[in-house]
Amino acid sequence: MMRFLLLFSRQGKLRLQKWFTAMTDREKKKIIREMTTIVLARQPRSCNFLQWKDLKIIYKRYASLYFCLGVENQENELLALEIIHRYVELLDKYFGNVCELDIIFNFEKAYFILDEFLMGGEIQETSKQTVNRAIESSDMLQEDDHSEWYEVELFGP
Amino acid sequence: MSDVVEKTLTALPSLLSLDSQPGSAKLSTHSKLGNLIRGITELTSKHEEEKLIQRELSSIKEQVSSPSTTMRQMKELMVRSIYCEMLGYEASFSYIHAIKLAQQGNVLEKRVGYLAVSLFLNESHELLLLLVNTVLKDLQSTNLIEVCMALTVVSQMFPKDMIPAILPLVEEKLNHSKEIIRRKAVLALYKFYLIAPNQVQHIHNKFRKALCDKDPGVMSASLHIFLQLIQENSEAYKDLTASFVTILKQVVAGKLPMDFNYHCVPAPWLQIHLLRILSLLGKNDQSTSEIMYEILDESLQRAEMNHNITYAILYECVRCIYTIHPKSDLLEKAAKCIGNFVMSPRINLKYLGLKALTYVVQQDPKLVLQHQMTIIECLDHPDLIIKRETLELLFRITNAQNVTVIVEKMLDFLRVSKDDHTTIDLVGKVAELAEKYAPDNEWFIETMNTVFSVGGDMMQPDIPNSFLKLLLEGFDSVEEDKKLRLFAVNSYVSLLQGEPNKLPQRFLQVICWVLGEYSHLSKDVEPDVLLRLLVKLLDTKSCSNETKTWVLMAMTKLCSGGAALSVAHEVSEMYGSSMDTVLRQRVQELQHLSQDAQLQTRVLPQCASHKPVEVDSSLSFLDGFVSEALAAGAAPYKPPHQRQEELSRSKALSLEPYGLSLPISMSSCSVTDRQSPTLLSMSSGLSGDSTELSHKGSSTTLKLDGVKRVWGREGYLAQKEPAEEAAQVEASSPLQSSSQKADEDSSHSQTPTQTPDSEHEKQQLASSLFVGLASQSSGSVGGKSEQTSQRFRRKARNQDKPLSSSEHLTNLLVSPSGSADNLLLDSNSSSDLISSPEQTHVHSLDLTAANGTCDAEAELPDRDVKGLKSPLSRDASVPAADFTPHEDPDRRKDLCLTSHLPAALSGLSHSEVTLVCSDQSLDLSACHVQKDESIEFVVFIKNSSDSAAHRVQVQINCEELEVSCVCDSTAEELKSNSVTVCQYFLTVKRPSVSFELVGMVYYQKPAGSLQTAQFSYKLPLTSFIRPLAVSTEEYGTMWLAYSHDTKQNLPLMSGEDEPLTATLNVLKTKLQLHVVEIIGKEGIVACCLRPDQPCLVHCRVHAGMLAVWLRSPVPDLPDCLLYHCQRALQEH
Repeated sequence: MMRFLLLFSRQGKLRLQKWFTAMTDREKKKIIREMTTIVLARQPRSCNFLQWKDLKIIYKRYASLYFCLGVENQENELLALEIIHRYVELLDKYFGNVCELDIIFNFEKAYFILDEFLMGGEIQETSKQTVNRAIESSDMLQEDDHSEWYEVELFGP
Repeated sequence: MSDVVEKTLTALPSLLSLDSQPGSAKLSTHSKLGNLIRGITELTSKHEEEKLIQRELSSIKEQVSSPSTTMRQMKELMVRSIYCEMLGYEASFSYIHAIKLAQQGNVLEKRVGYLAVSLFLNESHELLLLLVNTVLKDLQSTNLIEVCMALTVVSQMFPKDMIPAILPLVEEKLNHSKEIIRRKAVLALYKFYLIAPNQVQHIHNKFRKALCDKDPGVMSASLHIFLQLIQENSEAYKDLTASFVTILKQVVAGKLPMDFNYHCVPAPWLQIHLLRILSLLGKNDQSTSEIMYEILDESLQRAEMNHNITYAILYECVRCIYTIHPKSDLLEKAAKCIGNFVMSPRINLKYLGLKALTYVVQQDPKLVLQHQMTIIECLDHPDLIIKRETLELLFRITNAQNVTVIVEKMLDFLRVSKDDHTTIDLVGKVAELAEKYAPDNEWFIETMNTVFSVGGDMMQPDIPNSFLKLLLEGFDSVEEDKKLRLFAVNSYVSLLQGEPNKLPQRFLQVICWVLGEYSHLSKDVEPDVLLRLLVKLLDTKSCSNETKTWVLMAMTKLCSGGAALSVAHEVSEMYGSSMDTVLRQRVQELQHLSQDAQLQTRVLPQCASHKPVEVDSSLSFLDGFVSEALAAGAAPYKPPHQRQEELSRSKALSLEPYGLSLPISMSSCSVTDRQSPTLLSMSSGLSGDSTELSHKGSSTTLKLDGVKRVWGREGYLAQKEPAEEAAQVEASSPLQSSSQKADEDSSHSQTPTQTPDSEHEKQQLASSLFVGLASQSSGSVGGKSEQTSQRFRRKARNQDKPLSSSEHLTNLLVSPSGSADNLLLDSNSSSDLISSPEQTHVHSLDLTAANGTCDAEAELPDRDVKGLKSPLSRDASVPAADFTPHEDPDRRKDLCLTSHLPAALSGLSHSEVTLVCSDQSLDLSACHVQKDESIEFVVFIKNSSDSAAHRVQVQINCEELEVSCVCDSTAEELKSNSVTVCQYFLTVKRPSVSFELVGMVYYQKPAGSLQTAQFSYKLPLTSFIRPLAVSTEEYGTMWLAYSHDTKQNLPLMSGEDEPLTATLNVLKTKLQLHVVEIIGKEGIVACCLRPDQPCLVHCRVHAGMLAVWLRSPVPDLPDCLLYHCQRALQEH
């Protein structure tokens, strides 16, 4: 099971945080601080996996942004790395050639995409098409819209 | 008014852009959020940022509380407060508005509301209760998107106590027509299961149904639950093995829709999930493992493509193959795979390769030997993570012969590592290795010095504790002890003469204690000189108060007349008025004892450590004082909890803070607090000898008693008896041959550019690192170090027979002569001996490729019932009362084995005798016998081969049970076709739904080779439950006294009787509960595991359900019993 996902910049600025288990604010702050220091100190081209307390930390840098995923000990590191990658692919597909600015200015969208992709610390939907369809169709919703058309869009005929 | 209009106008573009279509997302840089973000990036200092955000927050605060703010604006405001919170500034005023937005907004706004709530609040936040109604409403909405949002938020954070309120609605969603809803519902239930397993117990059947869902997405979501359930109790799901294998087969064959592919690999997440489930199911279970061999082989072959995701699958396959019952050709392939990982130029794969090697090294040390040159290279890898992992591997293969090299490598690493967690972990490992395998005194003390100085104040407190304990207790030889202590003293004196202020506090404390106790052993050290050194230490600024008390303690021990007096005087002048009471007490002691030499020798006798200190914990010596006080009218003593209870009873509102009445830190209240007997005994002064005194000074961080000792635990590579050495070791020197082999390997694969010199160096390193791994017979090195390593092992306690047999085991695995292969061969050839298990309805899933749907072939409810009723052949979890043997091929065997039951047990009811394990010579069967007060576990060992087996030993372990041997579990000789019986007495240590006993049997064949076999046996909690006959009054008083409880609604039985009576009767017969009394709609029931482990049940008929409330003094017992009640009623 995943415990948390953090996105932060090369300067250590937090861009997105997702916690899959209950944690106090103090714990969260401590983890964010430790993760940014540990991960940012890593040399380029070194191993993407770390052991931190009883968690496995998997991180990967995309352009100026670091994706850092904390998973429980029995999880598969390589698979976790692909979870990060799939998330990046999803962001890329949604924003079209995604960059850090997209995520800064539209972080709530990034959260919505994440919520369609992961749920309760487990992977929910691996298909790029399905996730995007879900996001796009809820984006299109209008205020007074209770008609059925978007359901066709979202859930298939 | 115009103000509002203006605000709305400025907000307009942002509103438009936030709602904009995907793709045009970049527009929103003109929004208010955009302005804020840009504003922040233009700032130069943290202080300016803080000011800006505070301004922003107060403007948000003003707007959210204004009644004229529309939901639409609110949405935008929420996004901004989320952003501020992300930057680390609190915006708690907006929490309530987030909930309101989720409640009142339209779908788009609701989405932001829910997001804000899930980011702001956590599961225990009280505001979350306000969300329950909104979630309820949305779950019932006809708008699918609202339902989706509600399910998402529920799986993120939902108050545990409120789960029952929404559970029926979520359950209902399992039958929803849209697969996305079903999938989210399954995941939400998974989350519920994780945070409150009791709540969802009754829907286990529905999980099984979800597994057979026609949509592969829902099916794969249900695997999360199954993985969890199987982790907790694999026995109950063995019947699903074949289904999981079938699913995996179809996934691997690419029968899922293209949507599930990830970079052309079919559903990798699903594959890995299934592999993890299979490895749990196949662990220690040969027949189950056999079902999956084929598909594992296929998965290994299919995963060929050069992509990370295929490596992920391969890695999982390898882990699975090494976890389940071994099969030699699969192991070979897996080993090759690990080899590829380790040799890979990709650093991530190398890392995983090392991890895999660490995982398999105990099963297959040969593999490590094969890759020794790569491992050496990894030791010098520039990436510390790789280095660290290599050290982890080396830690597992450490033995008496390579310990110095490996510890040196670890210490080298420690000196460069900056990560605290790694340091703490590694320091612990070095200390463990040093204690276990130290070749001589000097090395040991010096290594521990490095451990203490590097580990500093972060390391686990039990490291200095066990070190001191080691010095204190010593070994068998007085002479050796003296040498060790003397060396420590000398080394510490020279450290103090250097720069002691650079040493960590913990280390200084250790030094002080050792010097105080043992400096008299050294003739070179003048006490006065030592005292001066200690005083100097006292004066250093970095010295903490705690350390100062240790220093003072040491001085107290050393002070004896003469010049010491003036030193004592000087010190007491300085610290006599310290604010720290403990410090002040120590100064007093120093002052008084240094003046009274007679008293000092009485209080602090030298070399008194040999006899244990008797601590009078009942404080009987105070009896006179107490009775005097009572006679003088003092109130009798009440324990703190009783006082608290009375307090809460007498006052309706207690305004005093609870809990603080207990001592927070022992050091701060050891003198004043007279309530706790243990504290009293400690502060009861100068009656103890030096050991106790040191105990006193230790405060909370360093306790010498009751600390679990790492010392004496057997290592990975055990000592071996000379007799067996001859029998097992190959003639040629395996060490040499293996390094030669590695040499050959490396000439093919390693970088050929290396100079012969460095190559040679590496080989030398390799031979020193991997020495003893291939065999322990390599005389030249082995002889001496083995002898010396004995020194630190002599006093290992309570490790006689069983452990020596585990040594045989490790030897067996370690020797390269292929006995590990023997083990495999044995198990393979024995597979036909195991009676074919009565397969419980194998169910297969058919996933068809064409339309992406899958059909469940059997009717589900039916299958589930069968699954529950048909006994798993190796699972003994038949309800306790039901002992009629089943008609199966084992019956005959069972009957003849039953005759071997000890006479004392023959009259009692026993469970079916089941075959738990068999290899080419021994058949092991087991059963448990119900006695009135207890339960006995009987193992029948039958020699089915033609030759006799010697030294048959059985060893049984269980985490939750206490296993004690009734009759001797060893047999010198077991003749062909004869049977021996071992009996064990089982008591519950910690309640669990079911208990798994894991056993090993060791024996020797006439040829001399040692054999081992593993088995496991499972028995449910119900076997331990006994009726507890109490009266209603007794029940009442007991009920109030117990603190662990749980509540749940159970279905009522319908029958001829009244429903309550009928239900309780079912529980009575199935679980042997004692029905105390039934009054109207209420009933009370009692049972116990042992007389001191009771569990009380209160039942009440309410709204067509049976509301039960369980209480017990034993934690977990109510939950476990509830589980069985539920099952009993379900099965009925």
